[in-house]
Amino acid sequence: MSIGIVVFPGSNCDRDVRWALEGCVGLTTRFLWHEDTDLSGLEAVVIPGGFSYGDYLRCGAIARFAPVLESVQEFAEAGGAVLGICNGFQVLTEMGLLPGALTRNARLHFLCEPARLSVAPGNCHWLKGYSDGEAIVLPIAHGEGRYQCESEQLAELEANGQVVLRYASNPNGSVGDVAGLTNPGGNVLGLMPHPERACDPLTGGLDGLRLLASLRS
Amino acid sequence: MLDPAGEATRAAAARLGVEGVRRLRIGKAIELELEAPDQGTAQSQLELLSDRLFANPVIENWRLELLDLVGEQQ
Repeated sequence: MSIGIVVFPGSNCDRDVRWALEGCVGLTTRFLWHEDTDLSGLEAVVIPGGFSYGDYLRCGAIARFAPVLESVQEFAEAGGAVLGICNGFQVLTEMGLLPGALTRNARLHFLCEPARLSVAPGNCHWLKGYSDGEAIVLPIAHGEGRYQCESEQLAELEANGQVVLRYASNPNGSVGDVAGLTNPGGNVLGLMPHPERACDPLTGGLDGLRLLASLRS
Repeated sequence: MLDPAGEATRAAAARLGVEGVRRLRIGKAIELELEAPDQGTAQSQLELLSDRLFANPVIENWRLELLDLVGEQQ
C-alpha cells in the first residue's frame, strides 16, 4: 500500500509531502500526475500546496477539472482518505468535497508564520492522534486562506463537529476561525496550515507528524 | 461578502482626495468568442461556463452580456 500525492503544474509542496511521509513517517508514496486516473493500490491521497495551474482564474478553479481529480472524487466518495493542504484545501472546496470557499486574506498580505491552532478531532480519520482541545502550532503560508461560507452553513459545520482545526489568533479573517474542515464521514480533511513542514524538529516542530502518521495504523 | 481589495482601493481613493466613494468592489471581466449554432445554445453554454468555471457562486456573483452576433444566419 502506498500514499498518492497529486502533482499539478504549479504544485510546490509535493516533494515536501513525500519527504515527510517517507522520511519522517516511513510510508511509501506515489506521485500522481494531474493526467493520471489510476488510484489502484493507494491507501490515501494527498493534494499538496502550491499554485495549481498558476492559480489562474481562482485558486483551485482549473485544477478541479483535472482528470486525476475525477478519480480522487470517486475515491473520497467511496470513503477513501483524502488530505488537502493549503492549495489542496482550496481545490477540495472547488470540487465540492468540502463546503465554502477560500478568499484573499483580510489584510491582503501573504502570511508566512507559525499559527497556533486548537484541534477538535471528532471523527476525522486524519486527526485521531490528537486530543480534543489540544493546542498545536503549524506553519501557514498563504495569500488566500480566508475561509468563507454562509452563516447557516457555518452553524451546520459546527453542529456536525466538522470544524476540526481553529486558529487561536485568527490571522486571515476566516469565519469561525476556521483553519481546517472535515467532511461528515471524517475521511476528507482540508486545512490551510502545512503539517508536512512540522514533522522534524529541525524544520519547525513536530506537531504535524501525528496527522501524517495517522496513515500508519 | 467582504472584498478586501475593493476596501483597500476605496481607502486609497480617499487619500487621492476623492471623498464619498461609498462602495467599491473589484471583480473580473472575461471576454470570449464562442461558436454556437444559435443564440439559445450560446446562452446556455455561457451560463454553464459562468456557473461552473468562471465564477464560484459561493463567493462570486456573475452576469453575462452577449455583444455581437457574427454570421448568425449561417
